[in-house]
Amino acid sequence: MNSNTLVIEAGRTDREYWKDLWRYRELFYFLAWRDVLVRYKQAVLGVAWSVIRPLLTMLVFTVIFGRWAKLPSYGVPYPLLVLAAMLPWQLFINAIQEGSNSLVNNTSMITKVYFPRLIAPASSVAVAVVDFLISVVLMVFFMAWYRVVPGVRLLTIPFFAVLAVMASLGATSWLSALTVKYRDVRFVVPFMVQFGMYASPVAFSSRIVPERWRLLYSFNPMVGIIEGFRWAILGQGAVINGTIILFSIGGVTALLASGIWYFRRTERTFADII
Amino acid sequence: MSDYVIQAEGLSKKYMIGHQIGMRYGTLRDAIVESLRRVGQGALRVVGPSTASLDPRREEVWALKDVSFEVKQGERLGVIGRNGAGKSTLLKILSRITDPTRGRVALRGRVASLLEVGTGFHPELTGRENIFLNGAVLGMSKAEIKRKFDEIVAFSEVERFLDTPLKRYSSGMQVRLAFAVAAHLEPEILVVDEVLAVGDYAFQKKSLGKMREVAQGGRTVIFVSHDMGAINTFCEKGMLLHNGSIVTAGNASEVVARYLEGADRLYTPIRSVFRDYGEFRLIAATVLQNEVPTAAVNSRLPFTIEIQYEIVKVVPDARLSVFFRNQKGEAVFSTCDFDDATEEALNRQTGRFISRVTVPPKFLKTGAIFGTVVFDVRFTRVVFAEPDLLRLEVFDPECPPYSETHDRPGIVAPILSWEITRVEGSRDEREAGWEGRLTHSMQRVQE
Repeated sequence: MNSNTLVIEAGRTDREYWKDLWRYRELFYFLAWRDVLVRYKQAVLGVAWSVIRPLLTMLVFTVIFGRWAKLPSYGVPYPLLVLAAMLPWQLFINAIQEGSNSLVNNTSMITKVYFPRLIAPASSVAVAVVDFLISVVLMVFFMAWYRVVPGVRLLTIPFFAVLAVMASLGATSWLSALTVKYRDVRFVVPFMVQFGMYASPVAFSSRIVPERWRLLYSFNPMVGIIEGFRWAILGQGAVINGTIILFSIGGVTALLASGIWYFRRTERTFADII
Repeated sequence: MSDYVIQAEGLSKKYMIGHQIGMRYGTLRDAIVESLRRVGQGALRVVGPSTASLDPRREEVWALKDVSFEVKQGERLGVIGRNGAGKSTLLKILSRITDPTRGRVALRGRVASLLEVGTGFHPELTGRENIFLNGAVLGMSKAEIKRKFDEIVAFSEVERFLDTPLKRYSSGMQVRLAFAVAAHLEPEILVVDEVLAVGDYAFQKKSLGKMREVAQGGRTVIFVSHDMGAINTFCEKGMLLHNGSIVTAGNASEVVARYLEGADRLYTPIRSVFRDYGEFRLIAATVLQNEVPTAAVNSRLPFTIEIQYEIVKVVPDARLSVFFRNQKGEAVFSTCDFDDATEEALNRQTGRFISRVTVPPKFLKTGAIFGTVVFDVRFTRVVFAEPDLLRLEVFDPECPPYSETHDRPGIVAPILSWEITRVEGSRDEREAGWEGRLTHSMQRVQE
């Protein structure tokens, strides 16, 4: 029970906000737990969905880009190339698809209860992380199947995973706040996902991007993250260097910082306009 | 060091509401300019400062205007007012759901708000899971919920269905579960918004009882309700809001009376009616308690009904009466000035009169009652009748609402004294006495 004085004042930024985020951490777990539970209760497919989605995508990409288009995979089985990219990519898009609606879907909570609103998009990211972990299991299975043994680079996976989570959180913060104000943002998201799918080396290796476009291409923070995953897990077939990683770190940091900034700025009006 | 737990100064809240006005495009150039302007505004709106107030198509509405008040520790403040007065907005600001446009409020202690029951409930989850979810949403920690889990389940009376999904619950059960969780909040400051008007009668009773328990633990409660009876018996202080400003604040019963007087003439102690029926002209009807006109009547004290009228033409054998009915339409009692059969009543001449009758204390049940004033000749004709002319809210400051006294069968609730005496004599004698009486009555039954 803490009894210190709280002052609510017009136009005053809440210094307590970050402490509040910690204080409300249990709510964060509960919201994530709720979303995971609900998904698993609603259908038999619920549990399987976390496996089927990456699996099917991997199959489709392998057939279309690997077999028919005959894109090179540079010494790595195509399915593994795709699957390694799917891990961070699915994390990102699951987070933004669910997360962009996280505030409007919880309208009653926003208008009736206080909690640091950042918890809502953050819990969507947490749910996406759960899916990510399931996909990791799938990855392990396929690596065993193809008898590919990862090297010591695997230890860098947490670094790239953290980057992926940061990118997801940044994008989700932006999108969830924007969706509150402009409801048609939710129609933009699928388009962004489609576009991003081809602007990022998910279905193919970055090596097929011509040299003169390489720099511009690297501005996409997901490029560094995806190739990073490939490099860490597979060892071969990845196109990665210090510059790309730096771009990723810079891009992700900018995305996260700006996302949280915008979210905090508009947060005080959520209850009024949602 | 003051013992105020809530100090509000100059709280104001502005809302912008938009009006859609059709745009007329005179020329293509205008149309293009207009759309470019809107695109520019749109981009600016996303990241720039808010220029919404400059747009002529949007209007400012002040939901709260310069509200200042202080609440001491352990006080129970009732906030009343018509719909749109700003009560919910005030609660939202105190609950940190929305920010004030101006002003500040200092809160000492943890605040828990009950603005709705069942916030966060998900139909696919079971009752058990929803208890944890709802508790977390309301700000309880997992450990706290676990600790109170059994109490919550017992209060909600849904133990059998704890592991069925919530979508299978009846609405009554959902409400009970929601309230059960909310009732076990233990904050220092509790903010409650009309949520007690849910569930059936028995449950409302339980809920109010629980809230009273919470309040008696030294907690400060801010209570918004339209149930004047609940406000009167539960809160010590009151605050009346109208159009965003405080109209009056002070003792709960005074504030309630003020509200009832002003509320659309629905409740009024004084009715000037000037009805001219040729023979009888009603001038005014007032209800007084402690010689003060009021519409909220303390059932523990006597109150007086005063009727001013004029006899234009003598009507022999005419009497003045007041019939009281309750909210359900049942007749509660009636009284007539012939009952006492005074000289003035039996031989009413022309002229102006004031008739007063005093209703005894500790007699009426709490709730709303409506008085019809009648001037008639018994079994012959009605000269004058004004239905529901007097409207009163009866409250009992010494009993919580829905207390047992006012729950008993009967349209009145007289508070009577009982006398208890011990009967002397040895045990055997007494038993013989009883037996004798018992045999005697049994014989009579058999006959």
